[in-house]
Amino acid sequence: MAEAAVLAGCQFYAGYPITPQNELTAYMAQRMHEENRVFIQAESEIAAINMVFGASAAGFRAMTSSSSPGISLKQEGMSYLAGAQLPAVIINVMRGGPGLGNIASSQSDYFQATRGGGHGDYFTPVLAPWNVDEAAKLVKLSFDLADYYRNPVMILADAIIGQMMESVTLSSMQKAQSVNKNWALTGAKNRLPNIVKSFFLKEGLLEAHNEHLRKKWQAIRKNEQKFSSYKINDARYVIVAYGSQARIAHEAVEILRESSIKAGLFRPISLWPYPEKGLRDIGKKVKKFLVVEQSLGQMVEDVRLALSDKEIYFLGKTGGGIPTSEEIVKFIKKNN
Amino acid sequence: MVKKFSRPKALKGVNTHYCAGCGHGILHRLIAQVIDELGIQEKTIAVAPVGCAVVAYDYWDFDACEAAHGRALAVATGIKRCRPESIVFTYQGDGDLASIGTAETLHTANRGENLTCIFVNNACYGMTGGQMAPTTLLGQKTTTTPWGRNPQYGEGWPLKLSEMLSILKGVSFLVRTSVSNPQKIKETQNYIKKAFINQMENKGFSLVEVLSPCPTVWQKSAIEAVKWIEQEMVKEFPLGVIKG
Repeated sequence: MAEAAVLAGCQFYAGYPITPQNELTAYMAQRMHEENRVFIQAESEIAAINMVFGASAAGFRAMTSSSSPGISLKQEGMSYLAGAQLPAVIINVMRGGPGLGNIASSQSDYFQATRGGGHGDYFTPVLAPWNVDEAAKLVKLSFDLADYYRNPVMILADAIIGQMMESVTLSSMQKAQSVNKNWALTGAKNRLPNIVKSFFLKEGLLEAHNEHLRKKWQAIRKNEQKFSSYKINDARYVIVAYGSQARIAHEAVEILRESSIKAGLFRPISLWPYPEKGLRDIGKKVKKFLVVEQSLGQMVEDVRLALSDKEIYFLGKTGGGIPTSEEIVKFIKKNN
Repeated sequence: MVKKFSRPKALKGVNTHYCAGCGHGILHRLIAQVIDELGIQEKTIAVAPVGCAVVAYDYWDFDACEAAHGRALAVATGIKRCRPESIVFTYQGDGDLASIGTAETLHTANRGENLTCIFVNNACYGMTGGQMAPTTLLGQKTTTTPWGRNPQYGEGWPLKLSEMLSILKGVSFLVRTSVSNPQKIKETQNYIKKAFINQMENKGFSLVEVLSPCPTVWQKSAIEAVKWIEQEMVKEFPLGVIKG
């Protein structure tokens, strides 16, 4: 993910140490220096996201990364980024919570990531990779989406993805798109001053600003739903899972197929906007769904919203517990 | 006839929203004047605070950015590191810089970021209606210290952030000044100029602390307010160059 950010033209990175994503910060410390770009180890998560705010306001591609407790601290800055319409990429390698929790894999920040997370009416596109190769490609895509929509974009990974070693193809990555940032702070030479702000005190101004943001988020909802599916065509029972949990579910599909149970997998890649259209299409033919998460049940709410008339089951573990393929198979056999 | 006094180019011709006797207007003007004198209007980027001066960018005629409460120096760090050729400064009050943003202030200074920081000390939170600030004087009544600030009530002592920063190697220039009379205003202008020149010469972190009147919260007339600075505030916050 770090190298993908470098290739995507990330000019500025600020981070603060937190497990399980310290490898990313250390990699950036080395690579950004080699590329003559900016790396700062910030004094806090809050400072890091606000440095990203500044770098982005200056017109540069900027990124920070952290894990769950750190992301809670960054939510203030993310709200400001969304309000001031600044692009940025934020990586959350989720760990267990609430509170200090533990450092094991978890998917408990789904609500926080997909519902804005900080104060105010806003959304952040959220992309969830299921392997290292996809993580790299989604980082690149995040920078492009962030610039295009002028909005922060989050990569929601979990500790398994964050700590995994896998091969990755970076050579096929396209060069960074060049975007005209005529709103950026470059010094008001031969133009009127640019002001980057989210503050609109005069009556009616904030409402108009919020309406403008609403239209942007409607466009993102319409255009950016992403998912992948596996053995869906003849499936009678579909497992819905994302991130590392989708890999485990993928294995469960294979085992179930060996027992002649026609299982399939629906894997959301964009968690916001939720790929509800793709899920509804599958719902036209399939009655039974099992949502599997490394949480007490968060994404399952979006599945219920998309498929209100279906049988929707939930299997979840958290605090370091991970639903295994055997458990998924057992659950489906019991509820088939 | 020669025009001796006019509005600086870097200052817009708009009506003020500040209270009568407030120091912000004077300071906005001094900064604009310095920017004119140094010819840096086209490469200056301001970072505005949260507080009464949240809309400082409505007065200045150059690029500017907001920051969350206390985070101006982190935002400024991001801008300046990406655009070292720009002149970047923050404008922050005592609550912003010395309370909620203490960590950002201390660490930005300690990294020796090549920035200019204008620190407006009026010993209170103005915009929110006059609560105790870290710089509130002992005995000073505010809405949250109705009997006067008293360390025995656990309210602590006036925080001298500039003195705290003086031990840091990354800090190149620290001064405390005021806008309580014409002579001090002139001195303040010179200090602000020095703080900007330091940045142009890549000398590191410069901070100008300005004791500034808040007649509304202090419940004083404009004249009484500047007198209070000269008679009371300077006892706790002595004026002069602290470092550099």
